[in-house]
Amino acid sequence: MKVELTVNGERLDTDIWSGESLLTTLRDRLGLPGSKNACEQGECGSCSVLLDGTLVCACLVLAAQADGHEVVTVEGLADDGNLHPVQEAFAEAGAVQCGFCTPGLVVATADLLQRNADPSDDEIREALSGNLCRCTGYQKILDAVHLAAGR
Amino acid sequence: MDVVTPRSLDEALRRKAEHPEAVPIQGGTDLLVSLNFDRLRPETILNLSEVAELRGFGRENGSLRIGAALTYTEAMREPLAQLLPALAEASRTVGSPQIRNRGTIGGNLGTASPAGDALPPLFVEGAEVEAASVRGARRLRLDEFLLGPKQNALADDELILGVFIQPSGQPQTFMKVGPRNAMVIAVCSLALVVDRERGELRASFGSASPATRLVTAPLDEMDAFPDAVADAASPIDDVRGTAAYRRHALRILTRRALDRCRA
Repeated sequence: MKVELTVNGERLDTDIWSGESLLTTLRDRLGLPGSKNACEQGECGSCSVLLDGTLVCACLVLAAQADGHEVVTVEGLADDGNLHPVQEAFAEAGAVQCGFCTPGLVVATADLLQRNADPSDDEIREALSGNLCRCTGYQKILDAVHLAAGR
Repeated sequence: MDVVTPRSLDEALRRKAEHPEAVPIQGGTDLLVSLNFDRLRPETILNLSEVAELRGFGRENGSLRIGAALTYTEAMREPLAQLLPALAEASRTVGSPQIRNRGTIGGNLGTASPAGDALPPLFVEGAEVEAASVRGARRLRLDEFLLGPKQNALADDELILGVFIQPSGQPQTFMKVGPRNAMVIAVCSLALVVDRERGELRASFGSASPATRLVTAPLDEMDAFPDAVADAASPIDDVRGTAAYRRHALRILTRRALDRCRA
């Protein structure tokens, strides 16, 4: 089947298999590998994207459900080659180790700071509870969120 | 595989009647896992996410009507959080923000898992499920609706439209045991209401019986209630915990929930 999505501000048509996830469409059909494919069951958060402005796991959205809707992936956060403040803060704070969880955490953090400009540690922990870092670099990630919030 | 996307409730019911085997999808947090892992290959998926009539909540003939597409995130917000505090607490324990933004009350009912976190809070508030087909609509009490593990009373041509509740306004809470405070399927869970108006204690537990059930007692039997709740459970040993642990935990949770509701 065919779907039409707006991805990072651009309207795109693509053929999909009707049972595939939005994550598969983004990565394998639209050439956007920033959203990572790991658990495919909503456990790890590394595929986090915004669907109509709401934070979701792209692996748990049926691509056909995104037809006619708007998706923002990690690729859509940088503005004209300038890193998003959250991306900058992650790099500066050393919140990136192997980097696999980083795109999901960056999208989830951008979503958090849009709703809450100055989150407490507890609020950050709850907001990022669905994003796993296998390197267990959580302390630096907390630092990065505070750093980004300060800007 | 075919995805059918109705744009109205009438169309959705017609499509379900035409394709009784169609698997409904709303948030997709259960169904996508089955699709991603090749566990399920339905011929037809009925995508309900464009049916506006299933969203939101409102008052109807003195009852609160919650649409099947209400997400856990919405259930955590005011004014629902104040009307149904135990449901809001339970919603906050579901998965992660990403899951709560997609997962719905209707989906929790449809999946009918013994671990469904929304089910105990709905039970203790006497929620009724509104099911409909082209033949008409009907209301089912939760004990009529939840038949067993992942089994509900929907006919093949029916869809869940929502739930009707008359919020008690009485002190209530939800508790859940698991290895983390997030991303956890309940080892066991408990919703409890101390209803002084009706002189009644009501509790309902998750992951401790084939289907969620209600336990009630007169208000003056508070001391015996933890044992009564534990005795009413029929838990099993599985990967998440043992039957003995679950029964023990339910006794403790009931005592703590009573303390919290009396405080």
